[in-house]
Amino acid sequence: MNIERPKFVYVTYIRTTQEKLWRALIEPEFTRQYWVGSWQESEWKPGASWRIMMPDGRVADSGEVLEINAPKRLVLSWRNEFRPELRAEGFSRLTYELDALDDGTVKLTVIHEIDKPESKFLEAVSHGWPHILASLKSLLETGEALPEDAW
Amino acid sequence: MDEVFKALADQSRRMLLDRLHANNGQTLSELCQGVGMSRQAVSKHLDILEHANLVATVWHGREKLHYLNPLPIYEISERWIQKYESNRLRSLSQLKRALQSDANP
Repeated sequence: MNIERPKFVYVTYIRTTQEKLWRALIEPEFTRQYWVGSWQESEWKPGASWRIMMPDGRVADSGEVLEINAPKRLVLSWRNEFRPELRAEGFSRLTYELDALDDGTVKLTVIHEIDKPESKFLEAVSHGWPHILASLKSLLETGEALPEDAW
Repeated sequence: MDEVFKALADQSRRMLLDRLHANNGQTLSELCQGVGMSRQAVSKHLDILEHANLVATVWHGREKLHYLNPLPIYEISERWIQKYESNRLRSLSQLKRALQSDANP
């Protein structure tokens, strides 16, 4: 089988606007609510550095903005920073695609891939993504993120 | 939510989901192998699964890859767990308060 195929693809439909979803993916006031209190630091331009900061001040993940086409597409390189065995796997690639649909929802596709078979890093993030994305959906649709103790 | 339950209420579709769970990101041809169904039947099942968002498709060059999408099931379980768990936790904490007030008159 072709090793380059992405391993995990997540799709969710959120009743919101493309612009609002884009902001929720990027802006700290949103991400703090649904992404275990974390926020991202970046200039949000192609080639700009990017990192995820945890509330205790540590860098969770770091990388670079590879492509940015607001409010439709964002591609980041992404490496874990605080777990040595995951950090050693190097950079993964994360793609967000936002499609505004006619029925008032936005289709969000999240593809996280790494050029390494049996990646422990992808395995690890695959446990986090469903909750983060479900919480983001809950926040945008109901005004409240999912409870954190549901992790 | 209805589409998810209807999609899951079919053994062939559950089998296709199991195959994707074991090996995510397959083309229609790959999913047809050794499955005992016509290509047309597999394609129809995949359409139903995709309509329920249990399967997501992504173009990878000229290939259309099918992925098991865990989000709908996760979203349903979060809503139900929230509903029942929060009731259960409330009852436990009420019991705890009652026991403590019995112990300390």
